[in-house]
Amino acid sequence: MTRPTTFQACKSLLKRDLTLAFRHRGELANPLLFFIIVVSLFPLGIGPETNILRTIAPGIIWVAALLAALLSLETIFRSDFDDGSLEQMLLSPHPAALLVAIKVFVHWLVSGVPLILLSPLLGVLLQIPEESMLILVVSLTLGTPILSLVGSIGVALTVGLRRGGLLLSLLVLPLYTPVLIFGASAVTNAAFDLPVTAQLYFLAALCVLAITLAPIATAAALRISTD
Amino acid sequence: MWQFFHKLASPKFFYDFSSRLIFWFSVLTIILMASGLYMGLVEAPPDYQQKDSYRIMFIHVPAAWMSMFVYMVMAVTGAINLIWRIKLADIISMSCAPIGASFTFLALITGSIWGKPMWGTWWVWDARLTSELILLFLYLGYMALRASIEDKTNASRAAAVLALVGVVNIPIIHYSVEWWNTLHQGPTVTKLDKPSIHTSMLIPLLLMAFAFKTYFVSVLLMRARTELLVREFRSSWVKKVLSE
Repeated sequence: MTRPTTFQACKSLLKRDLTLAFRHRGELANPLLFFIIVVSLFPLGIGPETNILRTIAPGIIWVAALLAALLSLETIFRSDFDDGSLEQMLLSPHPAALLVAIKVFVHWLVSGVPLILLSPLLGVLLQIPEESMLILVVSLTLGTPILSLVGSIGVALTVGLRRGGLLLSLLVLPLYTPVLIFGASAVTNAAFDLPVTAQLYFLAALCVLAITLAPIATAAALRISTD
Repeated sequence: MWQFFHKLASPKFFYDFSSRLIFWFSVLTIILMASGLYMGLVEAPPDYQQKDSYRIMFIHVPAAWMSMFVYMVMAVTGAINLIWRIKLADIISMSCAPIGASFTFLALITGSIWGKPMWGTWWVWDARLTSELILLFLYLGYMALRASIEDKTNASRAAAVLALVGVVNIPIIHYSVEWWNTLHQGPTVTKLDKPSIHTSMLIPLLLMAFAFKTYFVSVLLMRARTELLVREFRSSWVKKVLSE
């Protein structure tokens, strides 16, 4: 038997994780439902006035996206940790950071992308003007990978713990603040016809930074957790 | 030089050496703090706009400086532990967390006490207050992570990774919050333009800043010594120390 190259290993990991995700479709729907319910609770609590809703809509959608991402994070490594395949991945000769990046990418595909696709619908519910809808989608597209990547560090640190869920939010939410600030402010600005390039550039820069550094930190954290 | 550091990393040598350090740093702290407080609270003239209430700055500003500095110390010692597996570095890193969290908390409290007469409310989403608040969350997360991992070695390494991630993020958080604040500056808040500080106020401020530093070092060493005794309770030198 020949040893698979790193590229082949990545490809089969990608395929495996996607298949696994597809077989557990129900689990994937939960964070999305959560996202929708949280967003639709706000008008009930605040009142149906269009103007108020319109002002706070970007913040609400972004905060709800943050929380939904947080809920779905656990699934990145949990089952692999429980059945030991995570350890096998770390023991394999392929760079752990790369394999981690693949896993996070799949997680983003199955949790981040549906969220992005759903967001215009919620924008309509919260009376976001049509002009800023595109910016909402763009900002989420740039922002949700950061949520998955930074979140993966937190998951990697807490995966070995029995009650890691609450701890995870304590670790990860403070790190999410820059994404929230730039994401929500881009959408707000777009509603007033103000320039949004600065926010989007910042988000893109953060995204690139997260792609470069987060998998390394996650791999290091996983090694500690599986020790 | 290197030999000294190697020696310092040995628990027993550190224990003896730090007791002398604690003494001298405590003496320094008392001198600096007494003179700083006297000059700041008695000698410095009242501010022409803020009257006497600005004097809380002599506590607030050093505390805020320390809150960032302690996090750096925590992360650097954490990295040393992660790379060279030096137990003592981990003990220092661990001892930093509660002290740093206290400094952050102190900065927040004094900031809001100062804000009451100045801004008319206890809390304002001022950029610096907000990033201090997030820093406090980072400290609490660090402590919570450490507390929830039972294995000491794993806890120390996981906490070190978290501290390093935090260090990368702190400047990003700080500047994004500052940027956010300039956009959302509420109309009720009329932030006074900061006048460049007069020497009669600068000197006590610097004295207090140094006093906080020396205070930090002495408290840090005290905590580290206690933790050292707890961790090394099986070794013979600890038994000897405790029987004395």
